[in-house]
Amino acid sequence: MYGWTGKILHINISDKTVEIETPCVEILNQYVGGKGLGGRYLRQNARLPWNHPDMVFCIFSGPLAGTSSPTSGRAHMVSKSPLTGLVADSSVGGKLATRLKKAGWDGLVITGKSPFPVGIHIMDERIEFQDAAFVWMLDTHDLHRKINPQKASLVTIGPAAQNGVRYASVIVDQHFAAGRSGLGTCLAEKKIKYILVNGTGHTRVKNPVLLKKAREDILRLTAASPVLMGQSGFTCLGTGAVYDLMDNRRMMPTDNFTHTKFAHAARLNASMYTKTYHPKKHGCLGCHILCKKTGTHDKKSIAMPEFETMSHFTALIGCTDTDLVVQANRLCNIYGMDTISAASTLACRREITGKDYTKETVLSLLKDIALGNGEGKDLGLGAAAYAEKMGFPDAAMAVKGLELPAYDPRGAYGMALGYAMSTRGGCHLRAYPISHEILRKPVATDRFSFSGKARIIKIAEDLNAVVDALTACKFTFFAASLEEYARIYEAVTGIETSTQDLLQKGETIYYNERIINALNGFDIKDDDLPTRFFTEKGTSGNSIDIPPINREDFIEARSKYYKIRGLTQKGLPTTEKAASLGLEWNSL
Amino acid sequence: MEQLVNKYAQKLIQAKLGKASGPSQPIIGGLDDMLVWNRPARETQVLEKIFDHLNINSLVFLRPAQPYKSLIRYLANQALSTTNGLIQPKDCETRTFLHDLPVIDSFNPKKICAVLKNRKSVIINPMDDTDSFEGPAIIAHGTVSPEQGFVTVSSVCFAGFIKFFTDYLESLQTGQATQAAHDLFDEITPYIQEEQKKAPKFIPFPFADEKTVYSAIIEAGRKTVEYGLVDSYFGNVSYLWNGTLYISQTGSSLDELESCIDPVPLDHSTSAGLTASSELTAHLETISRTGCRAILHGHPRFSVILSMDCDPMEKATCEFNTQCHIKCPKKRFVDHTPIVPGEVGTGPTGLCRTLPVALEHSDNAIVYGHGLFTISQDDFSHAFDTLLSVENRCRNLYFKKVFRLRNNPS
Ligand SMILES: [Zn+2]
Repeated sequence: MYGWTGKILHINISDKTVEIETPCVEILNQYVGGKGLGGRYLRQNARLPWNHPDMVFCIFSGPLAGTSSPTSGRAHMVSKSPLTGLVADSSVGGKLATRLKKAGWDGLVITGKSPFPVGIHIMDERIEFQDAAFVWMLDTHDLHRKINPQKASLVTIGPAAQNGVRYASVIVDQHFAAGRSGLGTCLAEKKIKYILVNGTGHTRVKNPVLLKKAREDILRLTAASPVLMGQSGFTCLGTGAVYDLMDNRRMMPTDNFTHTKFAHAARLNASMYTKTYHPKKHGCLGCHILCKKTGTHDKKSIAMPEFETMSHFTALIGCTDTDLVVQANRLCNIYGMDTISAASTLACRREITGKDYTKETVLSLLKDIALGNGEGKDLGLGAAAYAEKMGFPDAAMAVKGLELPAYDPRGAYGMALGYAMSTRGGCHLRAYPISHEILRKPVATDRFSFSGKARIIKIAEDLNAVVDALTACKFTFFAASLEEYARIYEAVTGIETSTQDLLQKGETIYYNERIINALNGFDIKDDDLPTRFFTEKGTSGNSIDIPPINREDFIEARSKYYKIRGLTQKGLPTTEKAASLGLEWNSL
Repeated sequence: MEQLVNKYAQKLIQAKLGKASGPSQPIIGGLDDMLVWNRPARETQVLEKIFDHLNINSLVFLRPAQPYKSLIRYLANQALSTTNGLIQPKDCETRTFLHDLPVIDSFNPKKICAVLKNRKSVIINPMDDTDSFEGPAIIAHGTVSPEQGFVTVSSVCFAGFIKFFTDYLESLQTGQATQAAHDLFDEITPYIQEEQKKAPKFIPFPFADEKTVYSAIIEAGRKTVEYGLVDSYFGNVSYLWNGTLYISQTGSSLDELESCIDPVPLDHSTSAGLTASSELTAHLETISRTGCRAILHGHPRFSVILSMDCDPMEKATCEFNTQCHIKCPKKRFVDHTPIVPGEVGTGPTGLCRTLPVALEHSDNAIVYGHGLFTISQDDFSHAFDTLLSVENRCRNLYFKKVFRLRNNPS
């Protein structure tokens, strides 16, 4: 077999037993890897609650991981979300996918619940379970120091997960987070503190010559991409490069999405971090874009915040301090929790209580959340549950319970539709419309119009689903396209594949997620945005008008989306469409 | 969607790639929940089937007008009979973004889908005279907007033009020109746009305020397209004013720069350049090396063609002869205009490493197989004049060379 190792490791953590599954190449080719294979196992347990012992926690690499295919070193984690009850999944960088492949595994499927804290050691075929009671309370950085993984990849959770924070993250190799959906809490529920992976094998490539050529094509396209390689691009400035743009376009979520322009933005942008922290670039293993930044502060190396963190810990919560952002980012990282959800829940609190923040109050609240102290306990439930509990449900800026990232949907209507339709809740990455609505790739679209957006969103969801199954990086698609990746897939696996074949795999993966969510009661009532976006205007000015989104237009676009996606007008799957994709759906 | 399909049909006509009536009238379809066409046409029956089979939202169909019709037919015939149905373009941008251009011989939805499921475009070119379908035609698709198909179709036409004229000159030099190539050359020369002698007037230096800077850039872009010095989608323009470089955005059309200009402060205090042209770095480097204010970049055809003209004997023995566009080791000129290698963007072989150096000694330079950059110290007049005169010069030189070789084939 080429590309895949052909082996999936099943771990029952209750009794510490393992089983090796060797799926045939047809199955692997159908689900590809990452999000695709993970979704396959989640579907088998779709109706179980997130904390049921039989619920799966999947970590998958993809067929391209471990080869010279550009940006293919990402892993994908899949389970059910404690925050939302939806599919929980997250792409994560670092060395994990590559090390898994080297160890000979396409992925791990973990079930069960350990009676005591445990660490899993994977070295090629050798699987060991270590008592992790003595490291259970360590934060992610201390644990990293203690274990000292060196060339191995280390997956950890922090105190936030163990204290039941619904948006706890999984931290990989110290700096990379599977941030969204609360996957950290899923691991904590199984009492898994860490997973250490290393291996000595190699991914077999069917046609290295073809792979080299396709790789060169992608590198050439990347070099031609201003968003990636330009001097204001991600390689130079990190994802924070988007900060100025969001503010200029008047779509920076400010004061919990009550405004869309932040008066202090000009001195909180990526350039300011560059000046202050002199960051160096690094990134996932095998990546040529290297969007991650590590700066220096008090002679210590410190991870630079991503764009979402920069935006939400300033404009969204009304703070104006880069040091606060860096410290908050650090705390979220060491405690293991999602920065977007954490900041958004704090913004929700600020709106409800009317209390402004200082650097000190933000940092101490983050600590309280992670450690489950006092008010932190409620804030750890996420914005939606917190706001509900406080009696102000409309103050939660979330879709299906997942807090919205840093793009105001009143400034990009594809984003509005993308948020509402996303299978994991308020997420910008499922359809990633900022690519065309803001960054002009592959071409620009009218950001203030729903015209054409239903199909654009549907196609983009298919695309990004297969990208997460290939476990490639979404950023590379600002420059390259599936055309180049289809050739890479073919070169690596030896299976004849077209762009359209890949898109169809993506469609199947995405529809499968729709089915899982439908089985858990999600439908049209959930495919919606917070009321605020339809009733309140954003911050207009400088000849850019930000009116509220027209509700009728939104509903019409959603209805078109259902039709195009092959769902009923209630947002539910249909037997025919499911069958046409090789999936099973018996109507509710 | 309706507005977009009409807009890009119109743009194809404006660019003289299509026509307002007759067989070269563009057909453009856009699909959201319903499929809309810019006009009723017999071909839509087949084209609709493509929408059924591909996960796309737009399709552009064009039987290109002359001279593209004849030269694409010629190249397509060649591709079908010799090179596995692929036209291998020679210019750098097409190679970067489209790789090569697949050709098939019938207007059959299955065959079309088989190509388009992998590629951005396909050329339909029936070889059999009894085929009722009139070729050649270009089909291109998009997943976001009909603009993608429009861009692809114009790139195919541009690439075809460059390829034919480049190959023809080379075949004359090697004594291998065929009668068919001579005939085609004679057939299409009359269609090539008349040389434009008189340059227009531009907003004069000094620019009083930022608004004037924007107007001057918009004007320069529009005129560059009007004078046929770039196909509207490509090229870029910038102007330095008050410590800020105002530059056209990536993927913007030079004839529609309104709201597509990014201000990039030289002190790096904002990252507004995120959406700027992929040549931003080359522009900034040029400004710092030359002290110029205005930079204009187009893809005038004969400048691009002549930039690739290399003595066949010399080329045969050159160790870099398969990588001319990045590694040409020789200092080359057309007249006094330097030709430099370099790819789009900021990679290790990017033109931002070669072009600014060349512009230190010359107010214009051609990037191999790509396009011409010109600069001026005050407003856009000089840069535009240079763009126009270098292209006119290259055109004259090209035809001179061709006729000399045709008359003295030795
Ligand atoms: Zn160019």
